[in-house]
Amino acid sequence: MVPGFGDPLSYNGDMVLGALLGALINLGGTGRYIHWGFIQISVANLVVILLMIAVFIAAILLPFPRRKRGDQ
Amino acid sequence: MSIDTSAPPSSARTEPDVQVSKQWTARLRRSAEGAFPPDRLLPDRQPAYMASWVYVFGVLTLTSLAWVIITGCVLAIMGPSWWHVSSIGKFVNSLHLWSVETFFFFMVIHLWGKFFMAAWRGNRRLTWATGVISFLVSIAAAFTGYLSQQNFDSQWISTQAKDGINATGAGAFWNVLNFGQMLMWHIVLLPIGVVLIAGLHILMVRRRGIVPPFPETKSASKPEMNAEAVPRPAAPADADGPE
Repeated sequence: MVPGFGDPLSYNGDMVLGALLGALINLGGTGRYIHWGFIQISVANLVVILLMIAVFIAAILLPFPRRKRGDQ
Repeated sequence: MSIDTSAPPSSARTEPDVQVSKQWTARLRRSAEGAFPPDRLLPDRQPAYMASWVYVFGVLTLTSLAWVIITGCVLAIMGPSWWHVSSIGKFVNSLHLWSVETFFFFMVIHLWGKFFMAAWRGNRRLTWATGVISFLVSIAAAFTGYLSQQNFDSQWISTQAKDGINATGAGAFWNVLNFGQMLMWHIVLLPIGVVLIAGLHILMVRRRGIVPPFPETKSASKPEMNAEAVPRPAAPADADGPE
């Protein structure tokens, strides 16, 4: 039980848990789409693709930590 | 298989006895021991070229798959009345969804990395093929998962998908509007397929080793694309690289 918030499984507790664990952006609304000629893609999918490209480039460029010689 | 009660236990047999055994169990055991010696099956050292972040996405994909399976098992045990209503049920249901999201996120980056380093070189074609098949089966598993949500979203997806599936002819026996059939595919057949093929993929990685980077060329005009010219890493070098 979270101090000051009552039972986390109660109705109020649900709201508290929702605020703590929920997404930063409201994902429950209508999706937004980008139209570019014949290309149509949702903003959510575009964000995921851009994130994947960013992570891929970062994985190539960022140095990988190595142990110092002699360390076990 | 014949049973010889006078024969000594296998641990007491001499080496020539084991070598001449033609039984399928002995032949399978010898083949498995030859292909997957313990130090290759569970290595504690990796080649030095694996000290790069590009090599972490395979194991991240497997970690996500483990979470998908674990949360899916919890959902199967507790049932829809739990995951649709209770707070913990909704949370585990969301964990199931987001572990699928990270599974595909990391798998696609893993695919990009392996594509650009031509990971099928050095007799690793089966490793690449099992990865591709695992990816395709995973898409089917995720698709049937969206059909199993029991909400308007799943109804919309199924009614939109039926025309495409029917156009391929597969709709004759694979009916996306049949909730029971799609749920069984999602929780039984496709997970078994993904886990088996992913397991085979890992065994092939262990058998053939991680593909090394392209060798540096002085001319830099053409990278080495000859698959057989790429040496297989025989002995792991000193590295702290990830899987």
